[in-house]
Amino acid sequence: MSDSYLKIIELDKFFGDFAALKNISLDINEGEFVCFLGPSGCGKTTLLRAIAGLDIQSNGRIIQDGKDVSWLSPDSRDFGIVFQSYALFPNLSVADNIAYGLRNRKVKRVDQKERVKELLDIIGLPDSGSKFPGQLSGGQQQRVALARAIATSPGLLLLDEPLSALDARVRHHLRHEIKELQRKLGVTTVMVTHDQEEALSMADRIVVMNHGVIEQVGTPEEIYSYPKTPFVAQFVGTMNFVPCSVVDKGTINVGGNSVCCPQAASMIDQTGVSLAIRPEDIRIRNTEQADNRLLAQVTSMEFLGSFVRSKLSVEGMNDLIIADFSMNDIRDFNISHGDQLALDLPEERLHLFAGEVL
Amino acid sequence: MSIFENLPVSLTQETVLNTPKATLSRDQILQASGLLIASIILLITLVLPLYTILSKSVEDQQGGFIGLANYIDYFSTPALSMSISHTLTIAFITTFIVIGLALLTAYALTRTCMPGRGFFKVFLMAPIFAPSLLPAISLVYLFGNQGVLKGLMFGETIYGPIGIVIGLAFWCFPHALMILVTALSNTDARLYESAKVLRTSGFRTFMTITLPSIKYGLISASFVVFTLVITDFGVPKVIGGQYNMLATDIYKQVIGQQNFSMGAVVSVVLLLPALFAFAIDRWVQRKQVALLSARAAPLIPKKNPVKDWTMLALCLPVPIIILTVLGMAVYASLVSFWPYNLSLSFANYQFDLMDGGGWEAYYNSLEMACWTALIGTLFIFYNAYLVEKIKGLKTLRMLYHLAAMIPLAVPGMVLGLAYVFFFNAPNNPLNFVYGTMAILVICTVAHYYTVCHLTAVTALKQIDNEFEAVSASLKIPFYVTFWRVIMPVSLPALLEIGSYLFMNAMTTVSAVVFIYSADTMLASVAVLNMDDAGDIAPAAAMGVLIMGTCILAKLIHWVFSHYLLARTQRWRAGT
Repeated sequence: MSDSYLKIIELDKFFGDFAALKNISLDINEGEFVCFLGPSGCGKTTLLRAIAGLDIQSNGRIIQDGKDVSWLSPDSRDFGIVFQSYALFPNLSVADNIAYGLRNRKVKRVDQKERVKELLDIIGLPDSGSKFPGQLSGGQQQRVALARAIATSPGLLLLDEPLSALDARVRHHLRHEIKELQRKLGVTTVMVTHDQEEALSMADRIVVMNHGVIEQVGTPEEIYSYPKTPFVAQFVGTMNFVPCSVVDKGTINVGGNSVCCPQAASMIDQTGVSLAIRPEDIRIRNTEQADNRLLAQVTSMEFLGSFVRSKLSVEGMNDLIIADFSMNDIRDFNISHGDQLALDLPEERLHLFAGEVL
Repeated sequence: MSIFENLPVSLTQETVLNTPKATLSRDQILQASGLLIASIILLITLVLPLYTILSKSVEDQQGGFIGLANYIDYFSTPALSMSISHTLTIAFITTFIVIGLALLTAYALTRTCMPGRGFFKVFLMAPIFAPSLLPAISLVYLFGNQGVLKGLMFGETIYGPIGIVIGLAFWCFPHALMILVTALSNTDARLYESAKVLRTSGFRTFMTITLPSIKYGLISASFVVFTLVITDFGVPKVIGGQYNMLATDIYKQVIGQQNFSMGAVVSVVLLLPALFAFAIDRWVQRKQVALLSARAAPLIPKKNPVKDWTMLALCLPVPIIILTVLGMAVYASLVSFWPYNLSLSFANYQFDLMDGGGWEAYYNSLEMACWTALIGTLFIFYNAYLVEKIKGLKTLRMLYHLAAMIPLAVPGMVLGLAYVFFFNAPNNPLNFVYGTMAILVICTVAHYYTVCHLTAVTALKQIDNEFEAVSASLKIPFYVTFWRVIMPVSLPALLEIGSYLFMNAMTTVSAVVFIYSADTMLASVAVLNMDDAGDIAPAAAMGVLIMGTCILAKLIHWVFSHYLLARTQRWRAGT
């Protein structure tokens, strides 16, 4: 056995004729925090439920901690789970909810109490044991659900969009707390989310999924900085796509402008190629020497607090491109609507994708 | 690759599921066997008996197969087939009257500030507590040959279509009212505000907003009343005179002439319109989903003295009639000897001095109703839980859900007769339950299964679907969660089902009239028998006693849900 704790091998899942998962293979290491990220309907929840045994896959195997659990029912597997809806038992007190799983494990009553108290402290609700779930806020309820899931010290923690039902402020706070708790406990964790910010800030590794297949697996930095597919590039963060053609192995042609791009080497035989760049990577320096310089006019500006998102019409291009300028840039270069700008495209921030991307 | 490549995806998937790779856990085995047992019980107590009705209708008296001869016989005997048009005529007239009155009063209750709405709500529901025999008996006292208001009949007789329509309208009214009140309550105040802002007239608002929003409620209420009318047996039995109806025909054929085959034929004939009404109602129910968005603001009626008092004037006759009819029954039960000795006494309540079963019948009814409520509630709820919440066994669960819908379409008389055919057959190993309390309980649970099942399913749908998943992850068996969480959370629905079963078990006549025995005489049947024997005052007394018991049961239910629930379900406060 390698050091992977959870091994997913060639998983398929069909609902009637619809393939929700297509040949998914994935290794998750012990103690790792992995996020399944993707739009709704991409199969991320289906994959999580297959790991839990709640919806057993049609084909493929799942190995957990060296044991083949592929065909086991949920109660024969080793995991704790937290749902978006909290799924707390409304008629039981917070303490009884947390102790729910302990009752069946021949844990002494005194030890149960001790464990519940410990968990209440961990989630920062030491005095809420006698309350009922309905008396707590959404964020507090989700913490209780988390405590209930980890009470029995499972080897695997599954989180199914745990933060989606909460409002923004609570979500940010709890994001941090869950991550801290996970680090402290060292429990292997899989979280499903459609919120890229959540995935980027919490995960050790992100699995980006779409249409039942894995698009890319990588650290948050890798996913953001080096998207492997146009889908990942668009789903995580914002990306401009511009049709271009490859001139030689270091140069491309964008709307009549010649642009240095080392990635062109791998695209030399492609006919249709798209150049991609993130809005925040477009720079204005107004210095003399610049290799990839394009002239553009500002057609609209949208103030978004710490930065301005502007639409630019670039010479020789049909589509507008989006650029984010910091407030400092706006002030330093005195940018306003209708201005002519000289844009710099740093060559190390350029991405090329085969085919046309809309 | 393999041969699977050319097969459609669904087929390959099935092949995979059928491979012995997936191991069943103890929970899954328990759930599956539970559902299987329940399905077998439903099959034995519902589907098979109904099948015997069909097969009996194509047999002669000796049990030989004779094809459609019985049906030909039936339709060529005008005295018999006449009942079809009788029944349909009565059903259409009654439905029309009931829906009209119910719509008026429901509108007044929900959309106006009519004075005395609390009083209305209580008394308008009163007929539901009595067996249908009671209003009919009361009508005899009011408009019969020696009736106090006989003059109002202008020479017409109450014994016949007029009496049947009045009696059934009286008895069906609360059912229609409940549906229409619900339909009228589910509305969005914003729609009315928009109409006002756009300066729409009141009439146009009613036609374009109110009516469309209650359309399905109206259709549903119409079919409920229609079905109740064609399947009711109590009213036409008591006051129908020579006017034959399908439900009374079954009784006459079976009890009067011992012609079981013809009874079966009439049953099948009666089943058809009921099935038709049922199918339409189901179809309408399906269309009704999500008419109201979660963001709708409830409509709170504003005071409008002219409208409110007009409504009061229009509606007031309804509770007055209800109180008159029920009051007459109570009064008649207390009068020593109608119409000669009007002094009040409890002489008519000395049931042990009369034929018809005595007080024993009443105690039997109580016992039967308690068992029905207890066993019925647990059985129905537990199986609704399995149908609603377990994974897998999709086909079986769907079949179960479908089978659970059947009783709503099956008239009580038909079900009762089916039980006679099925359980009284000498070669049936279950023959031993015939003539016992058990068969009465089983039959009554089966008779009222649908509404209880739907109540349970609705309650269960409101419970988070992930409770089972959470329990499984915590390695807690599903039945522990069922006991510790699902049951307590669903307590209001359980009480609702229990009291519904209790009241119907107390008042039902139609199904049990064929299967009671000398040892298991029931109060409702006693009302029928005493009325048949001419002991109409004791019949009224027994009817009043049943009504009193049902009102008491409802009060207990009310106290339970208001005070006990408030204390034991502290957790609800926050939600």
